[in-house]
Amino acid sequence: MTSYNDAFSDIPGTTVFDATQSRLGYHLNMFCMSLMKADNRAAFKADEAGYLARYPMSAEQRQAVLDRDYNRMIALGGNIYFLAKIGATDGFSFQNLAAKMTGVPEDRYRAMMIAGGRPAKGNRSRSDPTR
Amino acid sequence: MARITAGLTSSHVPAVGAALDLGKTADPYWAPLFAGFEFSKRWILSNRPDVVVLVYNDHASAFSLELIPTFAIGCAETFMPADEGWGPRPVPVVEGHPELAWHIAQSAILDEFDMTIVNRMDVDHGLTVPLSLMFGQPTRWPCKVIPLAVNVVQYPPPTGNRCYNLGKAIRKAVESFDADLSVQVWGTGGMSHQLQGPRAGLINRAFDAAFLDRLVADPEGLAKLPHVEYVREAGSEGIELVMWLVMRGALARDAREVYRFYHVPASNTAVGHLILENSR
Repeated sequence: MTSYNDAFSDIPGTTVFDATQSRLGYHLNMFCMSLMKADNRAAFKADEAGYLARYPMSAEQRQAVLDRDYNRMIALGGNIYFLAKIGATDGFSFQNLAAKMTGVPEDRYRAMMIAGGRPAKGNRSRSDPTR
Repeated sequence: MARITAGLTSSHVPAVGAALDLGKTADPYWAPLFAGFEFSKRWILSNRPDVVVLVYNDHASAFSLELIPTFAIGCAETFMPADEGWGPRPVPVVEGHPELAWHIAQSAILDEFDMTIVNRMDVDHGLTVPLSLMFGQPTRWPCKVIPLAVNVVQYPPPTGNRCYNLGKAIRKAVESFDADLSVQVWGTGGMSHQLQGPRAGLINRAFDAAFLDRLVADPEGLAKLPHVEYVREAGSEGIELVMWLVMRGALARDAREVYRFYHVPASNTAVGHLILENSR
């Protein structure tokens, strides 16, 4: 019998923000929360590395933020609603971030959405890609 | 006595709020979506609620990882629009109904739903976008709003069944409140969307259509759907749909569907909208 948590791992291209991810990403996500204040956004923009040093994050997490590598940030415990505050600080929408994470230019991603989005068929299951 | 007169569901996509705030509602990209709410804006003029219990999720605005309540009910006099990283939305302050909110909290807790009582909370697009879709851009919201924030960010969120039963407890609470109030319950979020990772952009029209059908006709069956199926079929953020079951539980079993609208896309998301009326 598959456990509650393990059941999600069959879904391709998806990270569920469970206890493991939440513990891993606590400081990364709390850094993101700080960007809800205009003064903090300005301080971060003025000196990104210096600002990140205030938070006890791992070196990998800091580098992923500096690189704006959202998939890496998620792998390291970031949650998209928290990470979106980095995007907002940079002036980018959720759609722009989604395009980045899927590795296509934003206009192509936008065109895919207008055409009806990414189909569920073929994207449901790692163990059965035909589903 | 207070009574629940109607319920509705609506997506709460932040880009929809931005389109409204920036005057882009007539743009070809957005026009079909806002056209889908024209009926609803007329409907609510003749079905004006005194209070809306607005079920939504906070998107790391009021609640960070420091504190993660599963069900949080806003009991304050007012709630300010949150700064989500680009400044607060230019929308009116949300006025609460503390007396009814505290009554619902007490009634639900004694009914064994362990609500978190919140006296200070900023409200993000999850709450303000549905208000904008239904009421447009007034200088003051035309009704009181009781925010009911459901955790769907940190796993595990509550089960669909728990949400459905909470809706029933809310109905019981409202119907025991000694004031002549018309109360609506709104369930927000959804429908299919995934905002993260290589699978971002997932849209599942067939799942969404079946979800709408079952929400109306088979809510007990739908309430049994496990979380993994929401994520698999409707995308990682499609899990927000559990909140629609709170609305459904608060409405009568024979509530009547008066309007349905579905549109793809709003940014990354399939927008679903349903209005149900109680017959009694």
